[in-house]
Amino acid sequence: MTNPKGRFGIHGGQYIPETLMNAVIELEKAYEHYKNDPDFVRELNELLANYAGRPSLLYYADKLTKTLGGAKIYLKREDLNHTGSHKINNVLGQALLAKKMGKTRLIAETGAGQHGVATATAAALLGMECVVFMGEQDTKRQALNVYRMRLLGAKVVPVTSGTATLKDAVSEAMREWTSRIDDTHYCLGSVMGPHPFPTIVRDFQAVISKEAREQILEYEGRLPDAVIACVGGGSNAIGSFYNFINDKDVRLIGCEAAGRGIDTFETAATVNTGRVGIFHGMKSYFCQDEFGQIAPVYSISAGLDYPGVGPEHAHLHDIGRAEYVPVTDDEAVDAFEFLSRTEGIIPAIESAHAVAYAMKLAPTMDKDKIIIVTISGRGDKDCAAIARYRGEDINE
Amino acid sequence: MSNIAKAFEGGKAFIPFVTCGDPDLETTAKIVREMAANGADLIELGIPFSDPTAEGPVIQGANIRALSGGVTTDKIFDFVRELRKDVSVPLVFMTYANVVFSYGAERFIGTCRQIGIDGLILPDLPYEEKDEFLPVCRQYDVDLISLIAPTSADRAAMIAKDADGFIYIVSSLGVTGERAQITTDISKLVSVIRENTSIPCAVGFGISTPEQAKSMSQYADGVIVGSAIVRKIAQYGKDSAAPVGEFVNKMKNAIR
Repeated sequence: MTNPKGRFGIHGGQYIPETLMNAVIELEKAYEHYKNDPDFVRELNELLANYAGRPSLLYYADKLTKTLGGAKIYLKREDLNHTGSHKINNVLGQALLAKKMGKTRLIAETGAGQHGVATATAAALLGMECVVFMGEQDTKRQALNVYRMRLLGAKVVPVTSGTATLKDAVSEAMREWTSRIDDTHYCLGSVMGPHPFPTIVRDFQAVISKEAREQILEYEGRLPDAVIACVGGGSNAIGSFYNFINDKDVRLIGCEAAGRGIDTFETAATVNTGRVGIFHGMKSYFCQDEFGQIAPVYSISAGLDYPGVGPEHAHLHDIGRAEYVPVTDDEAVDAFEFLSRTEGIIPAIESAHAVAYAMKLAPTMDKDKIIIVTISGRGDKDCAAIARYRGEDINE
Repeated sequence: MSNIAKAFEGGKAFIPFVTCGDPDLETTAKIVREMAANGADLIELGIPFSDPTAEGPVIQGANIRALSGGVTTDKIFDFVRELRKDVSVPLVFMTYANVVFSYGAERFIGTCRQIGIDGLILPDLPYEEKDEFLPVCRQYDVDLISLIAPTSADRAAMIAKDADGFIYIVSSLGVTGERAQITTDISKLVSVIRENTSIPCAVGFGISTPEQAKSMSQYADGVIVGSAIVRKIAQYGKDSAAPVGEFVNKMKNAIR
């Protein structure tokens, strides 16, 4: 029988070097204590309200709805949070927790740079040192975010090992944590890695669905028919799903980055193309070859360009509670442009994957049906890359 | 008695590491034979993994070279089968959990037994998760090696009580790689281990010189060296068997 701790069905666990075991045990104890500590909860809620700008809007996208001609579409506007994405929800929680634990230094991995920027922001606010690991390839794709992190006082370390993308940034952050545990908290950005991270990050992101559920009940007097979010590691998706999991009539749909298509090798659609494996501290689905070597994955979106998926998503897939659908680069770029023109909202290219699927689904549903799409982040960071995708070279 | 116990019978054990297939399996075969001829008591054979999170840059490099050379788990099994025709020194595999899991625990560990692999070191499989593979390892008499780290603190006793083969003491925080100094109080870790088990313990991570090996061997039953050897292989490529053999000889003599 495998360790039941931190399991979601068969997934999850703590597959990490012995050197880190006491650090995750200490983190789990601290989290179990502080999550019920009234002072901690009050401080975090104050930061979320007065610093991050919560609650985020649940916006009825009237023009988008009418243009698509089907179900009513609401957008959960995580892009309006301070720092421009949902990442701040988790980071404020973890940074505050780390501070209570006596840590003075935060390290983080980042793909698109959103989590790195959020961590650098929290570190600046709480007076902590910050080092962010970012794949060298991503530092080029997301140069603006590298500058933002430096502006906020963080050190950005370009990672050149492996494919020089998000998975390598995670590996390097883990290596760094192994060498410096005493004063350092690894502020993991997604619902992945060893227990207790998938649970901690999910709890901090669950505010998305807690608000969305209350908001839709207020506006429509009923629950939505579907909730759609993009999935890389899966933090905004689990946050969007969590408070609807027990509402069996609400379809939960995670949109994976299919890159150039799930029938090609240039994809990052883990649930659709991967197999169960053990990597980065967890058992879950991973893109890998027949001998268990982790596959180099590809997506236009640096934030979804990861060969694994959080263990709770793997479990929701196994039990059939959530659906995971692939969305290609082309579809995401079309949706990026479509939402910009229809609603005047430029979504992150990650979030555009969710919009793309909503564009397919909404027209197939009756007009009295309701869809909530989580816009996990804003798309300013992506403008130069999308322009390049369309063959236009612009200076940032 | 397991084959691994025999490695520690003739005094302090010297345990070198090599990544299989770096730069190719023919060279690895020559290196292993040279290691055995020069006094290696037990040899760690690394099965390369695409994302070795416990390794520093030197062994990461070996993993990349081996995988880009086309080595696979199956090719390594065939290589060990061939090696076992004339090499009797105890051998253990060092790799990552996914390499075993993806092959199928039963199939992987059963093959280890069949080809003469005596143990398995998986740095991303801590005590809490060892049941993933331990029952199968015990069924096939392949020792699943436990690691104890400077941060293990009160976990050391629990880990030692349940350990098979030998205990791998991680000398320092961080990843594999040579270090100028080892500051952990190894003697204290060893005394906790001694109170809880009679199986031998060997120290690894950061050891690269005869002086360090000699110093560590005062406390432990064996000394493990990886990066310093892999660095020579990176330097000499297909001609590395002789310089690696010479190095093993020097290190073994230092701890005699």
